[in-house]
Amino acid sequence: MKKLLVLIAGLSFAAILGTAMFALESTPVDLRLEVSANLPLSGVDHEVTAVLLNYRGYDTLLEIAVLLLALLGILAVMPFDRTIAPPADGPVLPILARPAIPLMVIVALYLLWAGAFKPGGAFQAGAVLGAAGVLAHLTGLVPGWHRPRLWLRSGLAAGFAVFLCVATATLGHGAFLEYPRPLAGALILLIEATLTLSLGFCLSGLFLLLSKGEGDKS
Amino acid sequence: MSTGLIFAFTGVLLFVMGISGVLLLTHLLRRILAFNLMGSGVFLILVGLAQRYDIPDAVPQAMVLTGIVVAVAATALALTLTRHYFTLTGRCDLAETEDG
Repeated sequence: MKKLLVLIAGLSFAAILGTAMFALESTPVDLRLEVSANLPLSGVDHEVTAVLLNYRGYDTLLEIAVLLLALLGILAVMPFDRTIAPPADGPVLPILARPAIPLMVIVALYLLWAGAFKPGGAFQAGAVLGAAGVLAHLTGLVPGWHRPRLWLRSGLAAGFAVFLCVATATLGHGAFLEYPRPLAGALILLIEATLTLSLGFCLSGLFLLLSKGEGDKS
Repeated sequence: MSTGLIFAFTGVLLFVMGISGVLLLTHLLRRILAFNLMGSGVFLILVGLAQRYDIPDAVPQAMVLTGIVVAVAATALALTLTRHYFTLTGRCDLAETEDG
């Protein structure tokens, strides 16, 4: 009975939404024109990066806050004495990971730099860096996640902290997160660089803290 | 019918599949997966509708980029809570309430 009800409701919802999308005319406010008209003022040459870090910077600020909050939530739920995944056995992974990790860091740097003028940016670079972090832990090259020290903790919080500092420092300048025009490019690069680092740490943290150690019963 | 519209329709189907899963499935892990499917549907609708015309709109694309990262974080938190719930109660589905 419940299945039938959900099926009918779902199909009619899909039909209504589909019809609405077919009938959708062009929007009264065309943001594409606004975005490309203001691109020279934003400090970067790619629309998506400009939207993410200049026009709608508060989205990105809140996003890194959400990521940090999720990580803190995981740390809060985690039993105090639990172990996280041990390094993998066997010689294949370490041998392959040693050349792969520096290459991944270079790719992350390239993606970060490319974000200013073509698809790329802090999120993509952060994802690559996060994968490199997971690999580095699984091969035992960087055992820092077993007992996070000050460096790791500050790395996790750096993106949010720097972004918040920039937002506070430019508060007197005008609207929230409105950068001074000559400094816009440099500020965006600074924010993006720390965001990449923090995103990488957070994403590998999300993976590694969820993974299970040998002696863990849960 | 443009490619963007096809993406948007696929997104609608994914969303409906996801929401049916959230309503019908009882295993918590499957519910989390269904919830992710819902999210992917929304992302596809946003991106698809944004490129109905020749020039893609950068604003929905940027919002989807933000949304993906938030979805990953929320999924990780949900998985942790599910595992903790399993450790505490030994079950993978929510208990039926009498008055519900």
